[in-house]
Amino acid sequence: MKNKTGNRITISTLIILFIGYNYNLYVKNTSVSSKTSLSHSALKGQKIWQTNNCTACHQLYGLGGYLGPDLTNIASNPNKGIEYAKSFFNSGIKSMPKFNFSENEKNDLAIFLNEVDQTGFYPNKNAEFNYTGWVDIKYK
Amino acid sequence: MKNNFSLGFIILGLCALIFGALIGLLSSIVYIYPDFLKNIIPFNQLRPLHTTTVVSWIILTATGGLYFYISKIEKIKLFSENLGKLHLVIFILTGIGILYSLFSGKMGGREYLEFFPLLTIPVLLGWLLFGLNYFLTMTNKVKNWPVYYWMWGTGLVFMVYHLSEAHFWIFNEIRSDYIKDLTIQWKSYGSFVGSWNLLVYGTVIYLMSKIKGDDSIGRGKISFFFYFLGLTNLMFGWAHHTYIIPTQPWIRYLAYAVSMTEWIIFIHIVYNWSKSLSKEKKKLNILTYKFIIASEIWVFLNLTLALFMSIPTFNYFMHGTHITVGHSMGTTIGINTTILFASVTYIISKLTKNNPLENNKFVKSGFYVFNISLLLFWLVLIIGGIYKAIWMTNSANTSFSNLQDSSNMIYIIFIISGSILFLSLLMLTIPMLKKLIFFMFKKGNNTDSLMI
Repeated sequence: MKNKTGNRITISTLIILFIGYNYNLYVKNTSVSSKTSLSHSALKGQKIWQTNNCTACHQLYGLGGYLGPDLTNIASNPNKGIEYAKSFFNSGIKSMPKFNFSENEKNDLAIFLNEVDQTGFYPNKNAEFNYTGWVDIKYK
Repeated sequence: MKNNFSLGFIILGLCALIFGALIGLLSSIVYIYPDFLKNIIPFNQLRPLHTTTVVSWIILTATGGLYFYISKIEKIKLFSENLGKLHLVIFILTGIGILYSLFSGKMGGREYLEFFPLLTIPVLLGWLLFGLNYFLTMTNKVKNWPVYYWMWGTGLVFMVYHLSEAHFWIFNEIRSDYIKDLTIQWKSYGSFVGSWNLLVYGTVIYLMSKIKGDDSIGRGKISFFFYFLGLTNLMFGWAHHTYIIPTQPWIRYLAYAVSMTEWIIFIHIVYNWSKSLSKEKKKLNILTYKFIIASEIWVFLNLTLALFMSIPTFNYFMHGTHITVGHSMGTTIGINTTILFASVTYIISKLTKNNPLENNKFVKSGFYVFNISLLLFWLVLIIGGIYKAIWMTNSANTSFSNLQDSSNMIYIIFIISGSILFLSLLMLTIPMLKKLIFFMFKKGNNTDSLMI
């Protein structure tokens, strides 16, 4: 009986903490970057990204597939840039399907990638390593 | 299908595993031959077909096991058999819908949930029916729950919650805040995996208590301590997926602190091994027990990897590389699949007089081929990950295309080990499937008359 009560108290405590934690994540500000809000065009671009499952091959912040390059900072990459990325959208190069995006769709997708770029760095090359194992990442 | 719907879940799960593994093998060939299947079914459809079907294998087989153990082994009368059958029918129809969605390219495009988002509704409905059936069956009929009943119950609740959470992106307030959206997406994924792990790990504790004939395994203070530790990690320890995303530092600090509690599990495993290895040798001739021991080795290997991934400094280099793929393959195949094979072999041993799988030469050799090829597969992914991590730190010098071209040998070994792994899965699953299908459809047969 003692164990049973202890279990119930533990699980109730965890659930209360979980609710508070989720409230903070869902409602409060989660991000530290100066730009997080996507514009209307970027949201349209995000929809194109999703419905064509670009994440199967490409990563954003290192999250996604492994067949293509990470595109987090493609827009600000001095050697590439957004026009370079756009030239690939309908190219069907290598394993990439040959998409038939309209000019508007290509623009929206480019705006999405551009705005993602403004949220932060990946890889975070100027991050600082701490002896505790912690990493101080740099923000945009 | 008289009283045999639990076997229906397991048969469906095994079919999903064979199909998913085949698609995984085909997908891996694209790494060497980029045009492979491109005009029939491109990689952006192949990958979700693979991930969705192998996740289905885990969830369906764990579900079938739960229904079977409760109603057939524990002889607890289900609140409603019909709800269970309805659950199975909903999942079969939803599975067809998901396959249609992925084959036809009508996708939602969130990683791991790429199928058309509306299909999540019947999945949630199926789990709600399952949860309803589970709690209405168990709450009044079983007093003083052992830990595995708690694990199954909470696993179910959290699966419903986190699958719903994974769809918060449909709300504009979430979707338009990119970092929040990404954070919630990966929070839900990490915790969703933790939720199905509660079903699977609950199953292994249940099996251990049955094989050893020791009910105290699921009732001791230590069992409950580890259950609550696992639950805490499920709730708060997911953020190692997103250490590199510019989220508020408190989210990452908390995840780092919570993740480090897994060292307790790690030390406990090592301590227990040294204590019990010699005592348990005689049980190694039991097939179910062999799978359980193999799963413990895989837990050890993957927990070691997970602990490193949870330390931000190591995570910095491992994140976004094939090491994370190695970790997910190690956990889903090495741990989850091995435990579920233990579950299926145990169920078959209860359905037949002289457990035919114990002496099946394909199963016997398949067990070793499976573990050895998986080890090679796992190691090559880690090596591939280290190679990519080195490239990432020097990526100004070479292009991604160069990286892929120079990784050819790694991908070749990856495909060879993957092919052997697929073969071993066939050696294990086909005899299991044959037995289960025979028992499910044998005229006048039902699982009420177990050979226990």
